[in-house]
Amino acid sequence: MSESTNNWHRHTFTALVANRPGVLARVASLFSRRGFNIDSLAVSTTQDPDLSRISIVVSGDDRILEQVSKQLNKLIDVVRVSDLTRVETVERELVLIKVAAGPSQRQEVLSIISVFRAQVVDVGEKSMIIEVIGQQEKLDAIERLLKRYSILEIVRTGKVVLVRGEKTT
Amino acid sequence: MLGSQILIESLKAQGVEIVFGIPGGVVLPIFDALYDSGLKVVLTRHEQGAAHAADGYARVTGKVGVCISTSGPGATNLVTGLANAHMDSVPMVAICGQVNTFLIGRDSFQEADITGITMPITKHNYLVKSPGDLPRIIKEAFYIASTGRPGPVLIDIPADISTAEIKKKRLEDEIDLKGYKPTIIGHKKQISSAVNEIEKAKRPLLYIGGGVIIAGAHGELFELANKLNCPVAHTLMGKGAFPETHPLSLGMLGMHGTWTANTAISNADLIIAVGVRFDDRVTGNLDKFAVNSKIIHVDIDPAEIGKIVPVTIPIVGDSRNVLRSIIDSIASPPKTAEWLKTIEQWRAEHPLDYDRETSKLLPQYIVEKIYELTRGEAIITTEVGQNQMWASQYYKIDRPRRFLSSGGLGTMGYGFPAAIGAQLGAPDELVIDIAGDGSFMMNIQELATAVCNKLPVKVAVLNNGYLGMVRQWQKMFYGGRYSCSCLNGNPEFAAVAEAFGAVGITVREKSEVEPAVKEAISNGKTTVIDFKVESEENVMPMVPKGAALGEMIEFYEEK
Repeated sequence: MSESTNNWHRHTFTALVANRPGVLARVASLFSRRGFNIDSLAVSTTQDPDLSRISIVVSGDDRILEQVSKQLNKLIDVVRVSDLTRVETVERELVLIKVAAGPSQRQEVLSIISVFRAQVVDVGEKSMIIEVIGQQEKLDAIERLLKRYSILEIVRTGKVVLVRGEKTT
Repeated sequence: MLGSQILIESLKAQGVEIVFGIPGGVVLPIFDALYDSGLKVVLTRHEQGAAHAADGYARVTGKVGVCISTSGPGATNLVTGLANAHMDSVPMVAICGQVNTFLIGRDSFQEADITGITMPITKHNYLVKSPGDLPRIIKEAFYIASTGRPGPVLIDIPADISTAEIKKKRLEDEIDLKGYKPTIIGHKKQISSAVNEIEKAKRPLLYIGGGVIIAGAHGELFELANKLNCPVAHTLMGKGAFPETHPLSLGMLGMHGTWTANTAISNADLIIAVGVRFDDRVTGNLDKFAVNSKIIHVDIDPAEIGKIVPVTIPIVGDSRNVLRSIIDSIASPPKTAEWLKTIEQWRAEHPLDYDRETSKLLPQYIVEKIYELTRGEAIITTEVGQNQMWASQYYKIDRPRRFLSSGGLGTMGYGFPAAIGAQLGAPDELVIDIAGDGSFMMNIQELATAVCNKLPVKVAVLNNGYLGMVRQWQKMFYGGRYSCSCLNGNPEFAAVAEAFGAVGITVREKSEVEPAVKEAISNGKTTVIDFKVESEENVMPMVPKGAALGEMIEFYEEK
């Protein structure tokens, strides 16, 4: 009955939590003491001022992922946890990439990013900031392509998710 | 009303009669309000003592134990007591003072982020930031501590909240807990699957733990075990959930459990696990635990189910409720006669035993004598280590809430303050702390608390001059290299007791045990008996670390 490691996968959870100070610390503390790995985390307000939403991507085997959901549910400030992995959803992440691209390289960069429907949000003398929104794979791809120019800085949000259709979580 | 008065009113409204604690700077307003509140305040000599005493009180009475400390060091001194209560699911509310709200975060004098520190070791905690929230928070704290799977809840109250003016009407504020709804009633379909498995079983075993005691399900357990004619093995925390003197009781499971209980669980075809969490001290090597067995797991905490072992039939619910449903649905009990015969044979061949003939003063003999002389009717607390294991092996408990031990955290120094709390919760009962010399030293200052409050608690120190369990492991697994386990410098415990105004007795010979115990249990005073026992006795039988339950060592031969 030892832990099997061959069924390691990645799950996306969304948790509605009380909008109180310290809730994020409780969630973070829970993950660290139970040894769960957070791949991505996003916290936001919701339509209800009393509630916030935490979106978390975690990797682990089935036992770990089941524990993530159960242990989150145990926190008093957590109102509801949903596992969105096998549900039809819209998922988005946003990345800002600052590349070292002077006037001579701008056209080239622009042509790459147009394929990805990315945008230039800042242009400096020797740099550009590019904003990309989409799913993780798309963001990874553009990041890879832009590596040939010197990337000065990258910042990336955690994944946010909503279930398709009128169902709510 | 002042915040401090609101606090007292709220405590009274929750049925609190007694609080344990120590005052200090920022809780002066609270202690001032306690002064003529009518609540009994027990001044301990260390905040850890207050937390364990509240814990002992809670375990004996089933009510919420309350302790109060000041900010900073007062609050951090509660930490071990909170972690202990958290691991053993004990309902407690800890109230800490905090520096003024406008000083928080500035490293003020005696400031500690106690809500941050205790987040992982409490069921929930609060920092009160606005005076108006105080009454609701106290209600929520008691509700959370005492319902579902119980646990400690901490409320951090800044000094200016205690002194703020709060409208009395706020006492009527309702709790607001959207994210907290314990499941009480077991799923019908799961229960009928469980019943189905039980009826088919040939070698069923009830594996029961502290959850049965917490739920008050001992009556249902008794009924179920008898209806099924099913043997019962308990964890340390489950001691007393089922009468140990009953023929169906196999005794304790795990590392120092009985050979019979460990062998039975390894050979069962169906394990009915109730209010347990498959602790590593119980299961031994997980790869070899219950490999041929189906498992029904009943627990009120869904996170416990499937946490350690995969189970065949999970049932989330209050164990009293679930057991009742199972009892009522069993139509044809399994035929267990063969199974019980096998077990009886194991029991006859492998009894719990020690050298009864020796003239040496053995700790097992002392515990057995105490059992005999108290007719098994004392409330027993234990410290942690060899004393704890001998107490659990040789003091049989027939009723719930009468054996208090630090099961999960394994806190040395728990037993004595817990005995103080237990005695206050059960004033007419005989309360005995079965202690070791190492553990007793860790909260020996509470002798002052016991004497001051005229509490006739007894401490039986099984004094072997060692951190006995450490020494045993060093002997067995570290080539006898006794690194730091010898307690040279121990005081004469009887003299220490006398110095505190308690009664002290020293016992060196086997023949002195009975008169000493008799005197202690009849003198009506705080009493310490220092039993100078054989120094290198080992706790046996034993499942060595990493071994399976079926690989117990019964006798240790020195090489």
